[in-house]
Amino acid sequence: MVLKRIGFLLLASFAMASAANADLVIDVQGVSQPTPVAIVPFGWEGDSPNVPLDVATVIKNDLRRSGRFAPTDENDMLQKPTDGVDVDFTDWSILGVEAVVVGKVIQTGANAYTLQFQLFDTFRREQLVGYQMPASRGTMRRAAHMVADMIYEKLTGIKGVFGTKVAYITAEEQPDGRLYSLVVSDQDGENENTVMESKDPIMSPAWSPDSRQIAYVSFEGSRSSIFVQTLRSGNRFQVSDAPGINGAPAFSPDGRKLVITLGGVEGNPDIYVLDIRTRQTKRLTTHRAIDTEGTWSPDGKYIYFTSDRAGGPQVYRISADGGTPERITFEGSYNARPRLSPDGTRLAMVHNDRGNYRIAVMNIERRDLLVLSTGRQDESPSFAPNSDSLIYATRQGGDGVLETVSADGLIRQKMASGQGDVREPVWSPFPRFQ
Amino acid sequence: MSYFKIFAVAVLSALLAACPSTAPIPDPDPVDTTYGVDESTGAETSGVDNDSIGDLTPYDDAVETLETIIYFEFDSSEVRSEDQDTVAAHAIALNENPRTRVRLEGHADERGSREYNIGLGERRAQAVRQILMIQGVGASQIQTVSFGEERPVSTGSSESDYAENRRVEIRYTN
Repeated sequence: MVLKRIGFLLLASFAMASAANADLVIDVQGVSQPTPVAIVPFGWEGDSPNVPLDVATVIKNDLRRSGRFAPTDENDMLQKPTDGVDVDFTDWSILGVEAVVVGKVIQTGANAYTLQFQLFDTFRREQLVGYQMPASRGTMRRAAHMVADMIYEKLTGIKGVFGTKVAYITAEEQPDGRLYSLVVSDQDGENENTVMESKDPIMSPAWSPDSRQIAYVSFEGSRSSIFVQTLRSGNRFQVSDAPGINGAPAFSPDGRKLVITLGGVEGNPDIYVLDIRTRQTKRLTTHRAIDTEGTWSPDGKYIYFTSDRAGGPQVYRISADGGTPERITFEGSYNARPRLSPDGTRLAMVHNDRGNYRIAVMNIERRDLLVLSTGRQDESPSFAPNSDSLIYATRQGGDGVLETVSADGLIRQKMASGQGDVREPVWSPFPRFQ
Repeated sequence: MSYFKIFAVAVLSALLAACPSTAPIPDPDPVDTTYGVDESTGAETSGVDNDSIGDLTPYDDAVETLETIIYFEFDSSEVRSEDQDTVAAHAIALNENPRTRVRLEGHADERGSREYNIGLGERRAQAVRQILMIQGVGASQIQTVSFGEERPVSTGSSESDYAENRRVEIRYTN
């Protein structure tokens, strides 16, 4: 495909501030050459002067934030067609634009609209993809992200993640103490919803595979326990409340079990598998070292976890049925909090890189480690569902902020939050309806 | 010991008790089913947990004057020799009042991964627990909890901030 190309390294990195109108302000730091594309402002056919959503800007911001695209400034456009038949390919070729998106929003009822778009290859002068989709005011943004996903996949060959969500924890200093919140937002930082808040710490959010539930650790009552909360209803149920540590939940690929850490009265953290329905637990490790931060391999065969049985923390894996753990990481003195890419090929972790805690990714077959982040205190890596990038927490001016990085380390973006210390981001799976 | 004071503390603690709450994500208009994004609109408000009675603080002067925070070296869960006496004094207080209970709250500095730090904080709480038990304190009198790096005393990122955060807090709960 003409447009599917790898960017070239530039000597100087450059930054672009996006116009995202969100609490999480996103700052793109790219080191590859982005593809020039044009997202022409969408037309509007409706009974009021105001279009419900500036769809073109949502798409433009999505593509820009990916770091792989450089959308043309609206003022540089020689024409602003809203229909494919009006696209003058010569005009766009002059600008060096490789792909152009046109579309419109058509009102069909009081709260019913048709969102229409077409994507063209300006050199081949042909349509690559085009759809009409119904939407309402409430779903227009989601529909716009869906359009961006289709464009992204057509142009890069990689499934887009613009329609996915991110969950994270914030801690805000308040006059009467810290307030901890579990927040769910769109992956671009828009549409933030606090789904749980507490004066006691909240930790370790984890998505269910159908992205309808989140498991987390809560310290309410000054003891740790694990809850599973349904996002749609806000209802939650406690699944683990054993003496001592109840921590580090992660769902099995079939969504029926959690791998968790239990410490017991004697305070020896080990890896357990909890059947969510029956509440039966099965102990997988029995070492007197700290065994924690378990996570399933996508095929369900293994559980990867952190253990300091050899001194410092390193990543191990054990058959999900139990057995003898096998050490996976050997490079460096500190490798913790493993997370696998959804395609099963790579392992992300917190790695001590010459005194700095950074996010590293290891190819599971080749066992080579690539350090992706540049902070002092980076933590909690979580892969995007397309395995192509990761989100993690870093520090900026004393507060935790979120960053994403492409799995090759070339494209990094910061998301600065307005509400306190942001940490423990987890990227949702692809929504089941896609 | 003033029971009135204890009662007052209990009431106050109950009033101040953390009251976690959950909230549903507001449902936007359902997406057209052409795209299979079928979602019901059931935005239900969930119940909030009942307030629990807060922590009681003993008003025994001897206990009150005891140091209740034990600090630790980097990457260590060893109670320093100068703190052994403090822990021993708590053991005496607990032995004298067998119905008194303590919660040992372990903490870590912010470096490294959060759940692993929960493990490190627990190790510190267990180190203090071991000393108390060796000195005869009953297991049923002691509860441990690790907050890892989640409840720093000092939010900075210097060595001295870290040193303040690596600690076990001894809290009397009745």
